[in-house]
Amino acid sequence: MKTKTLSTPIKDEDILELSIGDIVYLSGHLITSRDDVHQRLIKQKKPLPLDLAGKAIFHAGPIMRERPEEKGKYDVISIGPTTSMRMEKYEKEFIAATGVKLIVGKGGMGEKTAAGCMRYQAVHAVFPGGCAVLAADRVEEVEGVEWLDLGMPEAIWVLRVKDFGPLLISIDAKGNNLFEKNKKRFNEKKRQIVAEINQHVDYLE
Amino acid sequence: MDQEKMRTRFIDIMAAFTAYTGIYLPDDVLAKLKELAAKEDAPMATTFYDAMFKDLEMAATLSRPCCQDTGVIQYFIQVGTSFPLINEIEDCLAAAVKQATAALPLRHNVVEVFDEKNTGNNVGTRIPWLDWEIVPRRDDVKIYVYMAGGGCSLPGAAKVLMPLEGYEGVVSFVFDQITSYGINACPPLLVGIGIAGSAEVASKLSKKALLRPIGSHNHNPRGAALETMIEEGLNEIGLGPGGVTGRQSVLGVHIEQAGRHPATIAVGLSTGCWAHRRGLIKIDADLRYEVLSHKGAVL
Repeated sequence: MKTKTLSTPIKDEDILELSIGDIVYLSGHLITSRDDVHQRLIKQKKPLPLDLAGKAIFHAGPIMRERPEEKGKYDVISIGPTTSMRMEKYEKEFIAATGVKLIVGKGGMGEKTAAGCMRYQAVHAVFPGGCAVLAADRVEEVEGVEWLDLGMPEAIWVLRVKDFGPLLISIDAKGNNLFEKNKKRFNEKKRQIVAEINQHVDYLE
Repeated sequence: MDQEKMRTRFIDIMAAFTAYTGIYLPDDVLAKLKELAAKEDAPMATTFYDAMFKDLEMAATLSRPCCQDTGVIQYFIQVGTSFPLINEIEDCLAAAVKQATAALPLRHNVVEVFDEKNTGNNVGTRIPWLDWEIVPRRDDVKIYVYMAGGGCSLPGAAKVLMPLEGYEGVVSFVFDQITSYGINACPPLLVGIGIAGSAEVASKLSKKALLRPIGSHNHNPRGAALETMIEEGLNEIGLGPGGVTGRQSVLGVHIEQAGRHPATIAVGLSTGCWAHRRGLIKIDADLRYEVLSHKGAVL
């Protein structure tokens, strides 16, 4: 487990140095993009209102508070990661369309995303789920918001972050997928454990 | 106190308690998390536990929701038939949710089905979701506040088994769901299982099982033994915090049951994440309250 820092714009060589299990801290731009943003760009083919090339996206739906004295300016209250697997359907196309380099979320992603990461030099990383105040603390400024018509959780929030992490690399650009590897291990153990329990639950008369 | 004052006080208490539940974990969950964290020594697992405890500390210091996903608010109500505000509870709880949403703030989490619009205040069609239990010959009310994030609601499922699939079928169903979807649901998880005769009864009981204090057991000796077997088995799989692997997987396994039909065994599954935000408050006829889930809590 190595610890590294990344800054946006992220270069391909930075990405190729990362391996699953590494811990990374991010400084620079992190932009929230979850279900509806993926759907709009990939399925509905609406152009994104900003450039994501070399940047990082965050699968997250934050709690934001608008400053009463400064309309349109927001402060982040809580912002933890959401379940990345929900974006599996479109993530590969999303990486191809945007040139995003780092995808931050929670839990694993599937084969399609792993293939996308390998082909376009990108990685997926997880921030500890639920740790939303810790994450908010690493946000220096909410620089803007787009597509607020989608509602607070689904909108695109543009964040400037410093030492944002810990981020655990779960898919690297070399074809490795930490959570899929873990899942195989869990499933192998499961068969044996279920068989053992099932010797003791013959309750039917 | 006149009726209007009582109403206002009830709304204020429930708004404050709803917000409180979003910031602080209940005593039993916090104690169990500490117990589980102490058993981990792998660097990934300890990194995750450290982040979790740091987050809880910061949430308390800053009075912010410890997780940004404050759920679609559910209230499980046990109301005495003589509680003076029995007719007002539904309206008051909707008002309390709006108040807490603005005050804490809570995330706007209610999307109207078909219209696909976020209501922006956490109130919507049949939401907050209310579950009623009527308690005869009492004049107080006990209310559970429960906020489950989307992540830990995703593993939820129910299935109606044919009886000859037996309890073996129940065990396999639970393990398949947890190993397939558990890692995304913010483990260590609290696992709620309902066993009954039809899907909706099993599902509802699986959620009520999550309201039981951690460490409590099913009243039937076989039920209690099955809880322990499934808990030990899931821990052996070792999902670890956040699914990064570790020595444990769960905060606990709770089973609740209702009599089944001879021709069906229905099983329901609900999971709670490590940030299991479950609060329990008792309010008496004079509107004095006692927080039962968080010792010494002052709203």
